Amino acid sequence: MSKLVLKNIGKRYDAFAAVSDFSLELQKGEFVSLLGPSGCGKTTTLRMIAGFMPPTSGTIELDGQVISSPAGVVPPERRRMSMIFQSYAIWPNMTVGQNVGFGLEVRKVSRAEYDRRVDAILDIVQLRSLKERYPAELSGGQQQRVALARAIVVEPEVLLLDEPLSNLDANLREEMRFEIRRLHDEFKITTVYVTHDQSEAMVTSDRIVVMNKGRVEQVDAPHVLYGKPQSRFVAGFIGRTNFIERDGAMFSLRPQSIGLSRDKPAANGVEAEIIDRAYLGEHWDYQVKPLGETKGLRVSTAPTIIFELGQRVWLEIDPATMVRVE
Amino acid sequence: MTAASPALGPEAGRPARLGGRDSSWLLWLAIIATLLFLVVSPFVYLVMTSFTGEGTGGFTLDNYVAAYGRERYVQALINSLELGMGSALLAGVLAVPLAWGVSRTNMPGRGFVRMLVLATFITPPYTGAVAWILLAGPNAGWLNKFYVLVTGADAGPFNIYSFPGLVTVVALYSFPYIFIFTTAALELVSSEMEDAANILGAGTWKTMRRVTLPLALPAILGGLIICFLEAIALFASPAMIAIPARFNVVTTQLFQFFGNPVRVEVAAAYAMPLLGVTILLVLVQRLMTRRKGFVSLTGKGGERRPIALGKWRWALFGYAMVVGSLSVFLPYLFLMQAAFAKAWGRGFSFDNLSLRNFHFILFEHATAALSVWHSFLFGGAAATLGAVVTLGVAYIVTRRLVPYAEILGFLCVAPFVIPGVVLAIGFYAAYAPPPLALYGTSMIMILAFTTRFLPIGYVNASSALRSLNPEMEEAVRVLGGSRITALRRVVAPLLKRSLLGAWLLMFIPATRELSTAIFLYGPNTKVVSVMIFDMSEEGNFEYLAALALILQVLTLPLLYIGQRAIGRDFMLRRTAT
Repeated sequence: MSKLVLKNIGKRYDAFAAVSDFSLELQKGEFVSLLGPSGCGKTTTLRMIAGFMPPTSGTIELDGQVISSPAGVVPPERRRMSMIFQSYAIWPNMTVGQNVGFGLEVRKVSRAEYDRRVDAILDIVQLRSLKERYPAELSGGQQQRVALARAIVVEPEVLLLDEPLSNLDANLREEMRFEIRRLHDEFKITTVYVTHDQSEAMVTSDRIVVMNKGRVEQVDAPHVLYGKPQSRFVAGFIGRTNFIERDGAMFSLRPQSIGLSRDKPAANGVEAEIIDRAYLGEHWDYQVKPLGETKGLRVSTAPTIIFELGQRVWLEIDPATMVRVE
Repeated sequence: MTAASPALGPEAGRPARLGGRDSSWLLWLAIIATLLFLVVSPFVYLVMTSFTGEGTGGFTLDNYVAAYGRERYVQALINSLELGMGSALLAGVLAVPLAWGVSRTNMPGRGFVRMLVLATFITPPYTGAVAWILLAGPNAGWLNKFYVLVTGADAGPFNIYSFPGLVTVVALYSFPYIFIFTTAALELVSSEMEDAANILGAGTWKTMRRVTLPLALPAILGGLIICFLEAIALFASPAMIAIPARFNVVTTQLFQFFGNPVRVEVAAAYAMPLLGVTILLVLVQRLMTRRKGFVSLTGKGGERRPIALGKWRWALFGYAMVVGSLSVFLPYLFLMQAAFAKAWGRGFSFDNLSLRNFHFILFEHATAALSVWHSFLFGGAAATLGAVVTLGVAYIVTRRLVPYAEILGFLCVAPFVIPGVVLAIGFYAAYAPPPLALYGTSMIMILAFTTRFLPIGYVNASSALRSLNPEMEEAVRVLGGSRITALRRVVAPLLKRSLLGAWLLMFIPATRELSTAIFLYGPNTKVVSVMIFDMSEEGNFEYLAALALILQVLTLPLLYIGQRAIGRDFMLRRTAT
């Protein structure tokens, strides 16, 4: 049986539909991301799962029981979930230990078990030594780990994360992605993760739900999303791509799927001219224009493959890498 | 964590239930009822009473005929308007240079000037008026004596018992409002805006004239309006100065309608222009300061560097000291002289020094000490009730717990447009008659004070709540805590300081409130402001000065607590007024 089921969930504000007809089933222990640009309805969906707002249509079920419907919602405090907020929402009036132990205190666990579980989770997130500190004395990354520990220590049925890394600097953000995935692998908590950052979603998730304008565009594993985007939106949002129109149909072609060479390739060669280029350290980014065409293409090559502006080159395109999109 | 503990939530055994309604609607009803009682009902009674026949109870316009039928009643209205305009303009002249000097320049002693403004702000208008009677009373006033001494003339030129005298005294104790508005606006103008004018070739003065002042102008005008409204709603200084000078303003005329016999119906009718003008001007003021694009452009982000004034900084400082002398130094010097004198007219000499006045006030006078206690008791009760109500409403409004919650917020700030004397008449009309018959009780004083300072409490409570990220509470709830748990464990501890601040901002003015008290007190509920007012009518300036100083000294620890809890300038912020 699925752990968490969203059936045709919708949220309307008068004429505006924030979320429409959203359906998703999560298996127990699965890690699913909701990915999309800001305003796509992903946070609204997460807040409906948490019980902070009722849906205007559809139902949400946890372990087969309806917990949200337009008729009413089980309040957040009775859902046995936990959530990590964009602002972390660490309570500044409580120490690290008190923050982390709060959920256990509400659940009235015994003193001994409270201490044992708080200490254990603080060890896991490497904050044991800061247990008596107040949040104002912690760095952003440490506060983030307090939020993680506080959410996980209660062993929730479902863990919800709302853009948890958006307030961290780039290096820390990269580190915390792996930390979140590591904690998930350790505790196997069913997780819904909201983000607008595709690499965050790809590193952490079993499956990604790409959302746009309140609707689901595609639900798939990260490599499938990248390799077989079903819509133009998904192809453009997950990684960079070229759109090519052929025989009335639209195809997506990734910049790194195009080969560049001085000599004409054996098959599928197209002659083109280099019209712009940028060196990005890890690769070259070329803008090429096939002869006789008006639209340019982006091509990524290894840093060792160097062409000059205006130089004539041959493009090598494998038709199998061209993906048809809506 | 070990795998042994199963993932059970607090409700794991129970089946999930839909739509668990809590009992917060009870709290919601209680708050609505309180607001109806405090705000709506006095207002409705005020309007109804103005159309009710004296003794008959039927609908009539006679009250309006009686209220506006005589030329001197209409003249009192005109006097009030002139007083408001004159004192607001004078207050602007006093306040704006100080505000600019303190917030934007390298004027020396900026902290000291701020302190002087604060000292002015916490001086009750009646205390200031009494001090100025000592200073500028005809013949015996200290300024006149000094003038005679220096020039050898027969009499000094100063006469506080005159229209210009009243305008001066009112302006001297209301200019802090303009100061507060102006500094608040100037502190939002970032130096970069001024730099932008400088780099295009404008000098310091041109920049100030073309950039800084225009940006602050809506706030300055807003402050002028507030000053105007304070002046026309003021009871104490006009009663002490205008009545001996044989002219009336609206508030003193209302007081006379309230004399023997009490003509509350005529008073209600006569209060309507005061109410109307106030509502109108508050709307104008809100529109002016709310216009987007002004001032609020940068928020607090921009850096602010003081403008170097060169030798002019001393001129500005000198001006500030002149203002300070008129509002603080001279008044308090001669109040102290009177408080410690056997007879104030005998001047500064050792054989005139005495503690007799304080001893009399504290230990011998039948009700003086009690009146101080009453002021603090009623003020404390009103501030506490006000804090609870406004926090409740602010929470309901900011978290949108009920539909149309904004109406509750509106009711909380509505008393801002009701002058104290008008509010008192409304309370009298609503609660003096049976069945409640609250006239002369402590209850009516506490409730009227609560209503009067509800807007201050609400503005502070809601700004404190808005600064609190709702995710702080949501985090409690996802972890299994109820809304009440969130309030108790997170909201209350985090807002402790700002709530204390809001409480003090209601409590401090409540301890010195006169304009509502004078209409509602009874023989057993006299407060210190009424006591001081009575003494001024009896001409007991030595006792009066001692009592006024006692009130000021008792306020100092409150200021200290407030400054420790929420910052040095807590009385001089926009939210304080």
